[in-house]
Amino acid sequence: MTTIALGDFHSFEASGREFLYLAPSAAVFQLDDTASAILARLRKGQTEPQEVVEELSQRFPRSEVQESINELLRVRAIGVVDLPVPESARQMPPENFPLTTMVLNVTNQCNLSCSYCYEYGEDKIVDTENGRKPKFMSEQIARESVDFMLREVGDNPVAHLTFFGGETLLNLTVLKSTIAYAQKRAAEAGKQVDFSLTTNATLLQPDVIEFLADHRVGVTISIDGPKEVQDRFRVFSNGAGSYDFVIPKIRELLRRHRTRPVGARVTLTTNQIDILRIFRHLTQEVGFWEVGFAPVTTSPNRDYAISGEGFENMLRQFQALAQEFLEAALEGRHHGFSNVKDTLEEIHQGVSKPFPCGAGLGLVGVSTDGDVALCHRFAGSDAHKLGTVRTGIDRLVQIGFLEKHHIADKTDCSKCWARPLCAGGCYHEAHTRYGDTGHANLHYCEWIRAWTDTCLRVYGELATRNPGFLQQFDERAEHEASPVH
Amino acid sequence: MKHLQCINRKAVRIAEHLAGEDVVALQQGPPQQQGGPHFPLGCTLVFSPGWEADQKGGTAGLCTPVERDLFDCHEGCFWPAQVPDQLNHAPNWTSKCASAQKDWRKIDLVFP
Repeated sequence: MTTIALGDFHSFEASGREFLYLAPSAAVFQLDDTASAILARLRKGQTEPQEVVEELSQRFPRSEVQESINELLRVRAIGVVDLPVPESARQMPPENFPLTTMVLNVTNQCNLSCSYCYEYGEDKIVDTENGRKPKFMSEQIARESVDFMLREVGDNPVAHLTFFGGETLLNLTVLKSTIAYAQKRAAEAGKQVDFSLTTNATLLQPDVIEFLADHRVGVTISIDGPKEVQDRFRVFSNGAGSYDFVIPKIRELLRRHRTRPVGARVTLTTNQIDILRIFRHLTQEVGFWEVGFAPVTTSPNRDYAISGEGFENMLRQFQALAQEFLEAALEGRHHGFSNVKDTLEEIHQGVSKPFPCGAGLGLVGVSTDGDVALCHRFAGSDAHKLGTVRTGIDRLVQIGFLEKHHIADKTDCSKCWARPLCAGGCYHEAHTRYGDTGHANLHYCEWIRAWTDTCLRVYGELATRNPGFLQQFDERAEHEASPVH
Repeated sequence: MKHLQCINRKAVRIAEHLAGEDVVALQQGPPQQQGGPHFPLGCTLVFSPGWEADQKGGTAGLCTPVERDLFDCHEGCFWPAQVPDQLNHAPNWTSKCASAQKDWRKIDLVFP
């Protein structure tokens, strides 16, 4: 006799209806009452389909229940017990995967001394002060990097070039000449290059702002919030806080640079998780279009590391902001909480990731001497090198890395319903926490699941009450790698 | 689907895939001989190791059963010297042979 049981999914409620998020397909289905009742029955334990039909026959016609069981079976929300599950193929990306984004570390020097910095702080990978890497990228290397990018971009019509540091604007000369060179070379190749950069805002002089606006360079500002929050970690080398220094410059940037939305990127540490206040300050008082938050990357023993209680606190505030986002989206208003928007887009597409991000695949980081690494966070690390801009990506090293980091090999993740979106989490975070880029980031599993659930609920509400809002994600590319700063 | 409503794009793709999944007999019409018979130039031009003899010279380890020869010559490229003309003279030649591997002994000689 056949026995059926629940499959691999997460169910959630929105607009008073039950929804399923299926793993690993990442499909979202809304259930009718019959399907909901079947799942409710199977939550009590596995049984025969006929049994379910009988039990529910008081409430629903038998044929309807049977039909619904069949549908649930076909999308694999439920399964037949002891039937060999067809092994899903371990899908590797196609060979010579085209590059989408190149992050150029034009310098590894910085004029701030943020104590939590992964590049200069206690958990740094590369010796940026006494190491053999040049402190600034030369014009020559930057040009070779552009050539490399346009070679590797394949058939993609657009390449994304992100300038990064250190403090990016310390190498303004190379930044400017590289943009000019990239525009020229791209035009010759019939491509477009989209420019962006991340900066701490200390060097945003009027002429710099003018240049960024004129060249449509997307700007992300690293800033932690109001004065006392910003000045806790984001300090100059003499310990003085940077808030008063950067705020006038940021206001000037926001006033002048209207060609691209300017976003803020906040690093959360254990004592600085008043997210709602930070968000209000940065959007309403300072005027950022979008604000994204991420917990500091650190080994667990640092006193600013976020742990158990901190994650819960962070989650509650993320949820409050997500609720605000939902209310705004239902009315068609903009809300600048970018964390929720990014996740909604992935849910809408049904992204099911074999890898947590595009690092080493569609995205690479280039160090000051032209070494190509997984991403900007590993730029300059020999252990995470994929090649050089001159010789290109070493495909064997790349495939070796991808083979080792495939979600299919992360046993910790194999039973988790959030794996289509998380896929084990950031390589750099794992490297800092566990000393292994391939380790699943187990310290934030609960957080990721709770946050994904929150975003799914927002998604479900929008899908039923204002589906027009989600149309903006239809036109975008299926999945573009973007740097996580 | 009636009881499940597709919400995101992946769900739509799964539903589309499932809608195309039901297989019924002759769903796509009778088999088409696209590109002609599968030995368009005759089997003699194709090196097909393991048909006539295995690596030890016998027939025990052939990669395809030796009986397959029969039907390959018969259907793939009509070879009147070896197999009867089933269209005109011997329409029932293989009628007792449902499966070549099992029933090949039932195929008899044809006497004109």
